[in-house]
Amino acid sequence: MAATEHAPAGYEKYHVPDSSSLAVRATVGLILTVFGAGLLLNDMTFGETHESGNAKWVLAAGLVFFIFTLASWFRTTIRENMQGMNSAQLNHSYVLGMFWFIFSEVMFFFAFFGTLFYVRQLAGPWLAGEGDGGRMNGLLWPGFEFSWPPTITPQEAVGGTDIQPIANNGAFLTQERSMSFADAHHWYQWLPMWNTIILLSSSFTVHVAHTALLKDQRSKFNLWLGITVALGIIFVGLQAAEYYEAYVLFGLTLNSGIYGSTFFMLTGFHGFHVFMGMTMLLIQLLRSVRGHHFTASDHFGFEASSWYWHFVDVVWVFLFLFVYIL
Amino acid sequence: MSIKKSLVTAGAALSALPIVALAQNQVNMSPGVTKVGAEIYDLHMLIMIICIVIGVGVFGVMLYSIVYHRKSKGFVASQFHESTKVEIAWTVVPFLILIGMAVPATSTLLEVYDNDDAELDILVTGHQWKWRYEYLNAEGENVSFFSNLATPQEEIYNSEAKGEHYLLEVDEPLVIPVDTKVRFLITANDVIHSWWVPEIAVKRDAIPGFINEAWSKVDQEGIYRGQCTELCGSYHGFMPIVVHAVSQDEFQGWMSAKRADKDAQIAASSVDLSLDALMTEGESVYKTQCLACHGGQGEGGVGKAISGSSIAMGDLGLHLDVGIKGVAGTAMQAFGEQLTDVEMAAVITYQRNAFGNNTGDVVQPSDVAQHKQG
Amino acid sequence: MGDHHHGPAKGLSRWLFTTNHKDIGTMYLWFSFAMFILGGTFAMIIRAELFQPGMQLVEPGFFNQMTTLHGLVMVFGAIMPSFVGLANWLIPMMIGAPDMALPRMNNWSFWILPPGFLMLASTLFMEGGAPAFGWTFYAPLSTTYAAPSVTFFIFAIHVLGISSIMGSINIIATIMNMRAPGMTYMKMPLFVWTWFITAFLLVAVMPVLAGAVTMMLMDIHFGTSFFSAAGGGDPVLFQHIFWFFGHPEVYIIILPAFGVVSQVIPAFSRKPLFGYASMVYATAAIAILSFVVWAHHMYTVGMPVAGELFFMYATMLIAVPTGVKVFNWVSTMWRGSLSFETPMLFSIGFLVLFTIGGFTGLMLSIAPADFQYHDTYFVVAHFHYVMVAGAVFSMTSAVYFWLPKWTGRMYNETMGKVHFWISFVGFNVTFFPQHFVGLAGMPRRVPDYALQFADFNMMSSIGAFVYGASQIMFLYNVIATIVSGEKVSDEQVWDGAEGLEWTLPTPAPYHTFEVPPKIEATPAHG
Repeated sequence: MAATEHAPAGYEKYHVPDSSSLAVRATVGLILTVFGAGLLLNDMTFGETHESGNAKWVLAAGLVFFIFTLASWFRTTIRENMQGMNSAQLNHSYVLGMFWFIFSEVMFFFAFFGTLFYVRQLAGPWLAGEGDGGRMNGLLWPGFEFSWPPTITPQEAVGGTDIQPIANNGAFLTQERSMSFADAHHWYQWLPMWNTIILLSSSFTVHVAHTALLKDQRSKFNLWLGITVALGIIFVGLQAAEYYEAYVLFGLTLNSGIYGSTFFMLTGFHGFHVFMGMTMLLIQLLRSVRGHHFTASDHFGFEASSWYWHFVDVVWVFLFLFVYIL
Repeated sequence: MSIKKSLVTAGAALSALPIVALAQNQVNMSPGVTKVGAEIYDLHMLIMIICIVIGVGVFGVMLYSIVYHRKSKGFVASQFHESTKVEIAWTVVPFLILIGMAVPATSTLLEVYDNDDAELDILVTGHQWKWRYEYLNAEGENVSFFSNLATPQEEIYNSEAKGEHYLLEVDEPLVIPVDTKVRFLITANDVIHSWWVPEIAVKRDAIPGFINEAWSKVDQEGIYRGQCTELCGSYHGFMPIVVHAVSQDEFQGWMSAKRADKDAQIAASSVDLSLDALMTEGESVYKTQCLACHGGQGEGGVGKAISGSSIAMGDLGLHLDVGIKGVAGTAMQAFGEQLTDVEMAAVITYQRNAFGNNTGDVVQPSDVAQHKQG
Repeated sequence: MGDHHHGPAKGLSRWLFTTNHKDIGTMYLWFSFAMFILGGTFAMIIRAELFQPGMQLVEPGFFNQMTTLHGLVMVFGAIMPSFVGLANWLIPMMIGAPDMALPRMNNWSFWILPPGFLMLASTLFMEGGAPAFGWTFYAPLSTTYAAPSVTFFIFAIHVLGISSIMGSINIIATIMNMRAPGMTYMKMPLFVWTWFITAFLLVAVMPVLAGAVTMMLMDIHFGTSFFSAAGGGDPVLFQHIFWFFGHPEVYIIILPAFGVVSQVIPAFSRKPLFGYASMVYATAAIAILSFVVWAHHMYTVGMPVAGELFFMYATMLIAVPTGVKVFNWVSTMWRGSLSFETPMLFSIGFLVLFTIGGFTGLMLSIAPADFQYHDTYFVVAHFHYVMVAGAVFSMTSAVYFWLPKWTGRMYNETMGKVHFWISFVGFNVTFFPQHFVGLAGMPRRVPDYALQFADFNMMSSIGAFVYGASQIMFLYNVIATIVSGEKVSDEQVWDGAEGLEWTLPTPAPYHTFEVPPKIEATPAHG
């Protein structure tokens, strides 16, 4: 295996960037953010009530610093690309980076879906004394019956926090109504259905935008991308309305036992990802409208954002199926 | 006299058995005193011997190479680098060996999991840091008690010589009859613990909120010792298990005695005691139950300080509440069920008068009983 | 904006702002060594307390903080970053790439590690002390019953998870996209292959760990009941999620070690690696199996018997590809022309001791027998044979092997050999007796023990002090080499070494393969 120093024909140099302060700045932002968040949470949970720390300022400073750094990071990469420094090979590195980043996000959701399946199929029935894993549990939770959505938590079944001493980190009070279709008064009042329609159509509109861009139809691209962003905003708005409904009207909170836990964590993280995807698409829209970025052959910023958007869409389909319907 | 003497001799011989075993350093798993334990031991030996044989072969080849195929001896390297036949062979042969291991492993596992038809059910509950035992389906009322570490702090902190069963002794052991299928229903009250007695071949995690089943049928009378095997907080290393396996007659006798004890306790709670008596009893309860968290001088540690505490020097009702019901979400457990009314009264009195608290309050067992009723 | 700057920048800014894979690799390596010393210090405190029965030096609560931090720092701070450092240094040089695919992100992956660990270490000084629930942090000991510092522990895990995910995305992109023309997948050195597979494992399981700690955070601060039966959750659920991450994590640690050994043994046997293709397939098989064996860490939690059987059979199967690897290494040595420089010694040490760890692993996979082994010192002995004699020995071997290429200077061979023999003896004196006390019934994670375990524990502690002290010699040897080692005249350094990195000048220039090398058509491994 001998190597000889001959550039193959047509070789484009792979651009290795100059040394850069971006990484260190982003580190400062990230660490301040998590440290501030940690302080804030601990003040909230363990702190004395009269104390008011500087936690929120640490968190805010970290977030602002972090977001600005990320923005300047992306601006740098966009400029490099516009200056023609990126070879096809380098662009392919970005493609791979985005793809495997989305894969890691898939695995993050996998953990929460796994949790949902585990509690529904295994732990829940076991707590009610059913199945191979829990035939004696009736001794601990007499009167607990398992169903999904649950109508009662094991703690309530035995008479509340005072009666059961086990891992007692609060009162777990079941919701009055769940978010499933069966509990909706009218089909047209069932927000998840509207959200599904909105998100699925947004996947379609972003695809139309992409097709337009490939044909170099700039105004059509802007229009359909704008519609996609609008649909994203509507989705987030409806999600907020649903949370209001859950917390205020249905008594469904994070404290509502495992149903509330899984419901809010799954939909919450999904909602956060929709917000991120929507922001990404919005930035691409601004780039296109104000900066006239993107050509039919070079528009990775948009493409990556649209992949992300399709990803949050697919997650929603699973959510709709396993959280709301089944 | 002679009967008593022979009993003593037999007892001494019996208790000497483990000492003989401990005199030498034990280097292998114990086959224990149950059929399942012996099967597990055989399985363990089988796999270990197979591994050793393979190991000797592999290391032998390597050693031969190291000795003879040396550059310093002028050995010239051959350049072979693959052989499909050999590679297939050393994929298939280990696979067959594994199947050979899986067969006995499966049958033993199924036996371990055969929890049906038990003659006695015992509910085992892990607490930070002690075990509670409750005999469920014995005729008559359920008998239950807590089993605490009996090794004194002085031995742990090296101011006294360590006893023979250092860290493996409890104030009240679990008593089970021999030749009886005993099912252990294992759970926990706070964090995860794990109930393990090697010689009766039972180890099962104690999960708060879930009950795990395990069983054992002990062949020999004797005293068997084990420990908690799941990290459960600061004193994880200090919650041993001691099992007395006794004859079935002896077991029945013990059970009746426990029931009589319970009646005596109820009677005792109506008798008032002197401050001195309460303080003496309170000190000993404090040492076994409170000291680990609250410190030898009530200075606090895992738990809050008792010396000068607003609870121990303030409202008696609140103090009783904390002692009886515990504090939710903390390591402070509900002791109402763990201590008799006499013990509770004594320890509350002790806490209110020791460590410079000097409130002069005297709490009687009847006060505790009354407080429990609300 | 010229990209032809042939030397590094000067001063601190070189290291803070660098985008160079060699600089970043160096930082990873030094950081991981610092963590190795820190984690080792915790281990020395543990062994000092266990020197004799009774409590002598520390309180039981602090002892638990030490075991927890020892595990976390060694796994996440020492072993993982050390192999990432090695990957940074070597992968571009081995596949003929000018640098890592995404150099700025590469720098970020490194720089969030030190403050992340600073945050973790700072919990030692917080009210209630550092995390004391073991490196596996089982709920509810780590949620409802944990000290407030757990919040910072959770965020520290998030931060180093982000670092690992970015690092492994970078490695995947580099290997998929940056290979020199002619460097096909099946010509890549085995070290590159093992890291390729490791990176996939990391991208797949680090997010799952992030999910697990996020659920902990919610249980602690927002009243959810993922791990609380009272609300319909299950403490054992935590263990399932943790070990779904944790078992692949074990292979994340050991696969790059396999890669190193697969480079070193052929070099000092002067003979090609035996069964290159089967090595690749075996590595992939181990990685795939690692996703379906997680519950073998949980045989005693009370799973239904069907689950128990499934996980037992799947786990036993791992012995097959692992066996293939061991047989291949031994066959590589067979009829070679062996010499025993320090890297070879550490690799042979790896081979012997890792195999012993593999055997005890097979014993542990047998579910009914595991009822007696589980959570005893037998398990502690097993995983230290795999982690220390496996990962750390292999890492040490790698440093001795490539240090001359990196620095252009030769380490002190005699001192290297002495380091090996002291490490080897010290290690075995530490951990072999732990098999015995484990089988005899000593649980792990206890600060004090019954009298019958006293002799072996004292032996173990003495071995640990010896092993610990020998690492100071390693540090000295490396620094002495960098400062004043004898210059290496030969580019090849080791006469039997194969691979692109050895075709480069010694020491390796700051930028290498700015123009890709041409790989000859002859297969690299035959």
